[in-house]
Amino acid sequence: MITLTDVSKRYGTKKALDHVNLELTTGKLIGLVGENGSGKSTTLKLIAGLNYPTNGEVRVDGEKVTRRIADSVSYLSELDEYYRFFTVKKSIEFQASQFKDFDKEKAYDILKFMKLDPNDKLKQLSKGNRGRLKIVLSLARNVPVILMDEPFSGLDPMVRNSIVKGLISFIDLEKQLVLITTHEIREVENILDEVVAIKAGSIIGHHNVEELREQKQMSIVDWMTEVYE
Amino acid sequence: MADIFHSSQPIYQQLAERMKKQIIRGELAPGDKLPSVRETGIEVSVNPNTVQRTYRELESMHIVESRRGQGTFVTENEEVLESIREEMKTEVMSTFFKGMHEMGYTNEEIKHGLIEFLNEKGEQDA
Repeated sequence: MITLTDVSKRYGTKKALDHVNLELTTGKLIGLVGENGSGKSTTLKLIAGLNYPTNGEVRVDGEKVTRRIADSVSYLSELDEYYRFFTVKKSIEFQASQFKDFDKEKAYDILKFMKLDPNDKLKQLSKGNRGRLKIVLSLARNVPVILMDEPFSGLDPMVRNSIVKGLISFIDLEKQLVLITTHEIREVENILDEVVAIKAGSIIGHHNVEELREQKQMSIVDWMTEVYE
Repeated sequence: MADIFHSSQPIYQQLAERMKKQIIRGELAPGDKLPSVRETGIEVSVNPNTVQRTYRELESMHIVESRRGQGTFVTENEEVLESIREEMKTEVMSTFFKGMHEMGYTNEEIKHGLIEFLNEKGEQDA
């Protein structure tokens, strides 16, 4: 479970998050949506302990977030941050050396599912396959919280589809909470449990997506269009 | 794959309808074990929690039954299956008749139209 209590974050004079309150529960796949610069990545970084709030408090499973939260939070950055001279296999070994909870067997299962060759060098991989490898590395950790910053960004439909199927196949919704930021809302319509919309550093809505459909006959895209107006 | 569902209607209901049709067609036969929640999720690209809800929905309609530790199975109760088949038939037909009546067709015209249509098409899908 993730809780943000009255969280604000300023970068210099710029307000990235403004009095945010948010409670996210385990067992759900949650989408954090909003335009560029709305505070999506900042929110993820605060939960991952990569940055600290200017005000307020962030907790994961009751524990106040510090750098050490990396033990229970898997964070997928929107950047390509792995060593380009590594092979796929070496990247997995490296990740396993960094995190005690890294499940190598699961990593190879996901690798196979994503049809990646362990002997390929990262610099030889296509952008799509680098995107797939990032999914392998972040999903193979047995942690209660998985954060993914723009996992679909800039990838073609085939790759996006394989990531969607990878998520359904390998996340454990009995024990895990997955929070994804994305622009590709259509891609995640059918896989999200909840959607949180953020605009200019404020949460402007938080819904169960099936309830949106049942009570308002709205898709996530419809709802976003309405709240963002 | 995402296109098999309308994104403005509850996915769990649409998936339930889809599975009811598979059962009525006999694609899933009485007594057959349903794929696991995750398998179905992967097949149709839907969140496993939503699939779980579909299975519960079908269970509450007695179309499937879950057996502890074994999985979920299509009911072998022919009465239930027949009544679901009738129910879905009535549903589709009432939509059809409503549309025809809205265009001013009389029952007699619809009947003749149907017979003609069926003679032309045979058993194939229209």
